[in-house]
Amino acid sequence: MTEVTQPALTIDALGKKCPIPIIMLAEQINYVPLNAVVAVLADDPAAYTDVPAWCRLKSHRHVGSYELPEGGWAIHVRRNY
Amino acid sequence: MSLVAYFDAASSEPLHPQAREALLAAIDAGWADPARLYGQARRAHLLLEQARTEVAEALGARPDEVSFTSSGTQAVHLGVLGTLHGRRRAGRHLVTSAVEHSSVLHAGALHERDGGTMETVGVSLTGRVDLGSFTAAVARPGTALACLQTANHEVGTLQPVAEAAEACREHGVPLLVDAAQTAGRMPTPPGWSVLTASAHKWGGPAGVGVLAVRKGTRFRSFLPEDERERRRVPGFENVPAVVAAAAALRATAAEAEREQARISELVARIRETVPEIVPDVEVIGDPVERAPHIVTFSCLYVDGEALLTELDKAGFAVSSGSSCTASTLRPSHVLEAMGVLTHGNVRVSLPRGASAAEVDRFLAVLPELVRRIRQDAGVA
Repeated sequence: MTEVTQPALTIDALGKKCPIPIIMLAEQINYVPLNAVVAVLADDPAAYTDVPAWCRLKSHRHVGSYELPEGGWAIHVRRNY
Repeated sequence: MSLVAYFDAASSEPLHPQAREALLAAIDAGWADPARLYGQARRAHLLLEQARTEVAEALGARPDEVSFTSSGTQAVHLGVLGTLHGRRRAGRHLVTSAVEHSSVLHAGALHERDGGTMETVGVSLTGRVDLGSFTAAVARPGTALACLQTANHEVGTLQPVAEAAEACREHGVPLLVDAAQTAGRMPTPPGWSVLTASAHKWGGPAGVGVLAVRKGTRFRSFLPEDERERRRVPGFENVPAVVAAAAALRATAAEAEREQARISELVARIRETVPEIVPDVEVIGDPVERAPHIVTFSCLYVDGEALLTELDKAGFAVSSGSSCTASTLRPSHVLEAMGVLTHGNVRVSLPRGASAAEVDRFLAVLPELVRRIRQDAGVA
């Protein structure tokens, strides 16, 4: 298994419905340095599709989505610019 | 111009005036049991068989291949499960695309609960099924049936039905083609073994679906025996509605070439203009290989339900695949399978007669509505 980069910032969007997790991500990704990873914790099923789609639209990198033991995912995004 | 611009033809096309006329006439003339042998019954039988011949001709089938069901969903359920039942000696494997209508996927789920297997083949970012994977899935020994829609109901993308049918033919696997979004609008692609459609999507009344089974395709209803509709569909036929459905299909198909080209240009205008006037929008689906009447887009940072509500207030009837607009609170499986943005989603589908003025008004109000919803959500 490849090493998962430690996130520089974790956004807790658990219990929040889309588009709120995406709005939080868009706001806060600029708080981390270039190439750092932001983890979005979300349990709205829409976020599982929408965070990677946002990365594609905004030219950031979706690193991976990891299931959380209590339900939902930690969705890792690398800041590209 | 009416106060509300109806832009949800993919859900249901308004009743065609000729269907209304035919329905009223057939309620008086076609009420009797078409299976009986007296005058009124023979009259109902004649009306039913005439409608069958017309529908068959418009869809590229033979009359004896066509059965009428109570909906498009029922046609799919009976078509999928009846073909699987008829082919159970050949195998119990079902192949579909990941973006089929829920009626296909739910029939497949029932088949799985009954011990069968199902493979859903993925799609590209535009929603088109991966033909190579579809062909490989069909070639797997024990495949009893494959299913593919003509066009996707949420994003309009056309599927490579003719090519898929060729692959199915090579491997001796029947192909069920769900033509719900294109029947009456576009010619039926060649190569189907089972064809399904829904009358209220071409301007017929609700309550009429079409299940056509090509001669030579093994088919056996899984339901209790009933002699109606070539033993494929149980229950007393709704003759007046079937007559109206045939009248609508005849009228729609006759004007399709010109009217659909016109509608397609309006859809192209929406596709091209929306990203120019609304920031952070993704227009979804294939820009060229698409059904004429459907365009779908997603607005970043926008709540789909809020946008639908605002559009309703502004006089536009549209639909959405966003999770907040679904009773299940799950995003549309189509958008998920494509990997596109599921929130802030709007599907515009233009009915016959949709006007350029209505489309212009839609394009005029949309940017401000989106801007206001974003502002309220605190998005700069």
